[in-house]
Amino acid sequence: MKISSILYSFKQGIKNIHRNRMFSLASIGTIATCLFLFGIFYFILANFQYTVKIEEKSVGVSIFFDENITEEQIEQIGNQIKQREEVATLEYISADEAWEKYKQDTFADEQELIDTFAEDNPLEDSASYVVYLDEVAKQPEFVEFVQGIDGVRKVNNSDKLAQGLSDFNLLLGYVSGAIIILLLAVAIFLINTTITMGISVRKEEISIMKLIGATDYFVRSPFIVEGMLIGLMGAIFPLILLYIIYNQAIMYIGQKFSILSNILHFLNVNHVFATLIPLSLAIGVGIGFIGSMITVRKHLHV
Amino acid sequence: MKNEVDELLKESIEPPIIVLENVSKSYQKDVDAVKDVSIKIRKGEFVFIVGSSGSGKSTLIKMLLKEIEPTSGKIFVNGRDITRLRRRLVPKFRRNLGIVFQDFRLLKDRNVFENVAFAQRVIEKPSRTIQRNVPAMLSLVGLSDKLNAFPRELSGGEQQRVALARALVNNPLILLADEPTGNLDPKNSWDIMSLLDEVNKKGTTVVVVTHNVEIVDAMQKRVITMNKGILVSDEQKGGYSNEN
Repeated sequence: MKISSILYSFKQGIKNIHRNRMFSLASIGTIATCLFLFGIFYFILANFQYTVKIEEKSVGVSIFFDENITEEQIEQIGNQIKQREEVATLEYISADEAWEKYKQDTFADEQELIDTFAEDNPLEDSASYVVYLDEVAKQPEFVEFVQGIDGVRKVNNSDKLAQGLSDFNLLLGYVSGAIIILLLAVAIFLINTTITMGISVRKEEISIMKLIGATDYFVRSPFIVEGMLIGLMGAIFPLILLYIIYNQAIMYIGQKFSILSNILHFLNVNHVFATLIPLSLAIGVGIGFIGSMITVRKHLHV
Repeated sequence: MKNEVDELLKESIEPPIIVLENVSKSYQKDVDAVKDVSIKIRKGEFVFIVGSSGSGKSTLIKMLLKEIEPTSGKIFVNGRDITRLRRRLVPKFRRNLGIVFQDFRLLKDRNVFENVAFAQRVIEKPSRTIQRNVPAMLSLVGLSDKLNAFPRELSGGEQQRVALARALVNNPLILLADEPTGNLDPKNSWDIMSLLDEVNKKGTTVVVVTHNVEIVDAMQKRVITMNKGILVSDEQKGGYSNEN
């Protein structure tokens, strides 16, 4: 297609939107609503995943050894664990370190009580490995593996929390996916109606074009441009709104619900929008293209 | 005998540009809009197709434009069987034809220049060519001073001249005019017919479907008369038959 024809299609596409402004606005509004909701779901999902990731790091697996185990054997167990792909970090905590930490956590203000154990370590057989995995979902499999190693007495893990986080994340993904697909289907239907209206308004012009010898794509391209522009506008408006809302929400939650900041971890706004902007624009322009393509294929035969 | 020899001689010099071979078209079963029509029109000819309403004239034009297909028979335009033309080649084929309608069919939201330029834009002529060709064509139809006027600001005759400029700007081999004077007063009708005659003298084949007895009788061109879908007469330098 020649540059002059591309410019012509753009000009006509914009004219179509202007001529058909009520329907165009309805389509833009629907796409904007879809993409706004998409953005909200994306915020929740992205931040939840981020929170899960951080929490995952604190959901460790503690591995205790048989009594009378040698240091060499402990080291061998450590080496076997390290070879597993899902292991992010492995830390050895000796019995003395474990007792020191326990004393600090439990009897910090009771020096007398601590003194009674001065020469004694009640946690003598409590040396352990603390292992953090790169994904909480891999915990059950890992625990099963560790339990099978010779010399391992006990494995402590919080697989219920791990599984819970992972399941909730998945459910949220499914629900938001279903809602977004439904909304996008409505948006495609509305674009279809808008373009059909545009075609009926320009029926005379289209019939003349065909008789003069315009090719299929020349007749169709202004309508495709129209659909894509509607999609583009439907994407830009919610992105602006979402940017403002996201910034405000983080600030508001940070100020008013500071207690939540220990539980929730928010992604930086630039980090979120680095993905959300191209994704929303692609979805907006994409459904505009698909919606208009379906319509012109149905209504414009030369 | 002499006529037949003349005809063969003409054909060898100027081959037919439009050939209809036993063409029939029925929209409903047992009702023929056009029945077994055979016509040959040579390059550079000026032909009137006359007949009353429902005689099949418009169906003939629509078949030539490949808007509709004949039920049977063959149509050749410039040596090509258009009944077997692939759909994707139809736009290119139509660029050989210029078309003028009774109701002008101008784009109301565009001025005179844009209406004529539209014909060049749809076949993707470069802007520079459009800027050169459109004023030249409007000058030919006598509308150089109306470039920026909108159709609603023009008389019927002027609107038809714009439509004619739009039909001619792509240099068609054949100009098809469907009742071009149907909405015009006698003076404007004659102006349009003079323009068509001028275009024909420059080499374009002109086919005019009309009801206008006065013009057909006065111009003394080839006249094909249709009645109820049947070709009833085909006369060189003919007049409007009394049967109509």
